[in-house]
Amino acid sequence: MALNLDSKIPSGPIEQKWQKAKFEMKLVNPANKRKYNVIVVGSGLAGGAAAASLGELGYNVKCFCFQDSPRRAHSIAAQGGINAAKNYQNDGDSVYRLFYDTVKGGDFRAREANVYRLAEVSVDIIDQCVAQGVPFAREYGGVLANRSFGGAQVSRTFYARGQTGQQLLLGCYQALERQVDAGRVKMLYRYEMLELVVIDGRARGIITRNMVTGEIESHVADAVVLGTGGYGNVFYLSTNAKGSNATAIWRAYKKGAGFANPCYTQIHPTCIPQSGDYQSKLTLMSESLRNDGRIWVPTKKADTRDPNTIPETERDYYLERRYPAFGNLCPRDIASRAAKVACDEGYGVGPGGRGVYLDFSESINRLGRNVIEERYGNLFEIYERITGDDPYKMPMRIYPAVHYTMGGLWVDYQLQSTIPGLFVLGEANFSDHGANRLGASALMQGLADGYFVIPYTMGNYLAGVKPGGVDATHQEFKAAKEAVDARTKKFLSIKGKKTVDDFHRELGKVMWEYCGMARNAAGLDHAIARIPELRAEFWENVNVPGSGAELNQSLERAGRVADFLELGELLCRDARIREESCGGHFREEYQTEDGEAKRDDVNFCHAAVWEYLGDNKVPARNTEPLEFEHVHLAQRNYK
Amino acid sequence: MKIILNIWRQQNATSAGRMVRYEVPNANEHMSFLEMLDVLNEELTRKGEDPVTFEHDCREGICGCCGFMIDGVPHGPQRGTTVCQLHMRHFHDGDELWLEPFRAKAFPVIKDLMVDRSAFDRIIASGGFISVNTGSAPDGNALPVIKKCSDMAMDAAACIGCGACVASCPNASASLFVSAKISHLGQLPQGQAERDRRASRMVLKMTDEGFGYCTNTGECEAVCPKGIKIENIARMHRDYIKASATFREETSGGGAG
Repeated sequence: MALNLDSKIPSGPIEQKWQKAKFEMKLVNPANKRKYNVIVVGSGLAGGAAAASLGELGYNVKCFCFQDSPRRAHSIAAQGGINAAKNYQNDGDSVYRLFYDTVKGGDFRAREANVYRLAEVSVDIIDQCVAQGVPFAREYGGVLANRSFGGAQVSRTFYARGQTGQQLLLGCYQALERQVDAGRVKMLYRYEMLELVVIDGRARGIITRNMVTGEIESHVADAVVLGTGGYGNVFYLSTNAKGSNATAIWRAYKKGAGFANPCYTQIHPTCIPQSGDYQSKLTLMSESLRNDGRIWVPTKKADTRDPNTIPETERDYYLERRYPAFGNLCPRDIASRAAKVACDEGYGVGPGGRGVYLDFSESINRLGRNVIEERYGNLFEIYERITGDDPYKMPMRIYPAVHYTMGGLWVDYQLQSTIPGLFVLGEANFSDHGANRLGASALMQGLADGYFVIPYTMGNYLAGVKPGGVDATHQEFKAAKEAVDARTKKFLSIKGKKTVDDFHRELGKVMWEYCGMARNAAGLDHAIARIPELRAEFWENVNVPGSGAELNQSLERAGRVADFLELGELLCRDARIREESCGGHFREEYQTEDGEAKRDDVNFCHAAVWEYLGDNKVPARNTEPLEFEHVHLAQRNYK
Repeated sequence: MKIILNIWRQQNATSAGRMVRYEVPNANEHMSFLEMLDVLNEELTRKGEDPVTFEHDCREGICGCCGFMIDGVPHGPQRGTTVCQLHMRHFHDGDELWLEPFRAKAFPVIKDLMVDRSAFDRIIASGGFISVNTGSAPDGNALPVIKKCSDMAMDAAACIGCGACVASCPNASASLFVSAKISHLGQLPQGQAERDRRASRMVLKMTDEGFGYCTNTGECEAVCPKGIKIENIARMHRDYIKASATFREETSGGGAG
């Protein structure tokens, strides 16, 4: 059975589509809203904004997060900023230009209508956040300040020092807690969603585990929203939080939700390099640093001199050389690959030659240390804490790392998945960033989806269904709960010889080696064969200590890693079949003479949407053709 | 390097806890403190023992999940640093350390080094926000904000809600946490309409939740990983005193029409 991939893009000129869609949507009258129950899973910018906004409208909302508070969601770690087409700088920005930059930045693999809407509502996000008290950076005259980000030639990024994600999330969290106090939202923290329940073709609830007591519970609703983030931790080492996981979207996929473009993963160019095998995660150094930092490697291979003693003539500022128009601010996929190329050719610095310099000395000389400190002080502190080096005196050493996943559950223009009543927001969906996300666009998308899209599209959906009608005694709830119980028992009964992290690390190595920054057919074939072996070994030889009826962090990780062991294979399959290079998906076989990504628009100008057909069966690949009426297909040029 | 750890082990909220001694023979100076605990936990798991439970998530010092006492100091010996950002290069071979959960009546222990800090959420819910529904905001530049005010609001807003201030305070007061929010919103023009209400409700809620009151010890500022200043507490006191004189919770009045 093929998936129904009707994107439901409204007709008419692109500038009027969202207005038209909003007008055409059905409404739920205020007195009826309280009769509907909505579940929101995840409390980051997408989930938290959705829960708060739906609560404000009067729906009964239950919001779940696995952390001890909604304020912990990983949106909090976003550093650099949020884009919006305000054109406060009078430098030529517009909704159309933000739309254009985002489609082009995504290497022509996003849906135009969604991206246009994103650019359109971006301006409202800034207004909303300012009103909530988000302390954005300001100029002396009291107006909002902007900085530049990769892939754009205008300054449209709003920021709160190096803690923009934190401040936006706290604004969202405060709005959410206000609804908790008002009784409109019930917040369930330390809860993990372990199953989606679908009844008569509609998403009707979830099964959760109370992470303190271990109790498995059923939650019934009229609609379910997932704002559970991306799946970057399939690589084990990434800039994601340790708890970030794909279980919610993976469970939904296995219940019938299409999974789109899993191979589109973003490798962020500026992260602190790995220091050892015990490494638990990688730390990002914000892209905003590329405003004032210059990236270089020595012109001599394996140069171990102190970087401060290397003269200008013996430095290769390779981004400025290769991409003079955008220089250090070229998009992430391009900057990452350029760093890999430099290191592969032997010019890398630091242990193992896996690093390049990000140097602030020129900016410090030009602007003064105090200006650099005001702009990036906390980032410099993070760097010094982790590495023990002072970046005011010594160039940072950086290397690319897995950061964000553009792929995710397929959604239509209403942000509804292929399962009616299941909506997917933020990084968890696939819709807006194509094959590469531009910096400062993740915060924009999370909040756009949560504050300004779902409040409309949820109403449109609920207006067409009667509230209630099923409860937790329904056969589907019982079956889903039993499946979760059985799985939990299975994890605890194996009592093998390896830890959960042993398997996760091993999976991460396979993913990074064969499906990382550069991919090829032979490597992917190897990974597609290797991952099922690893999965089989996991189910025979993992050791999960403790019991299910208590707080058990090993058990929590086991469930997440079990799902990553399945998702990793799908990611490699998608990368194998997409025989082109685009954005973050770089296939070595498909590149231009000067090493740039070479798309194949004849055969691959579509979203690949995977359909689950059963365990150990090859999933079906469906496609949604992408049409570009406004931004004409071309090889991206940042030169 | 070898590290000796005495760690508080407690099965659940109702059971008794005790210190248990462990050795980590293969730590190295580049590890973060939590990575050193990961190594211990992997070892315990391999031996079939229950690994040590501790809260953590981003490991970048921003989510506020992590935090426990190292030798009686929240987040350990390095100033301005969460325990996830604390690296082993600040310790020496053979060091013996004592790890305990944050201790406060309002932070009951859940397991080992993990405590329940949900009281913080309830304090925020009592008034730590600006009431503005989605969609009702004016243009972002319609209301200029003096840069100094915005910067000072940001200084206070940098709080990560980890609870180190409570754990370090002899009164287990949450004043630094509460005042950071009151100070963040109270210094912005957007936050003026609810300023009295916010101060009044949040301070009362703090007491309700079982936190003590501030006696100007200053431990909280000394251990805060984000450098939140106790001048915020002074601001909170001023706002609270003013609110006590002027603010009354609304009683239900008659509806219009």
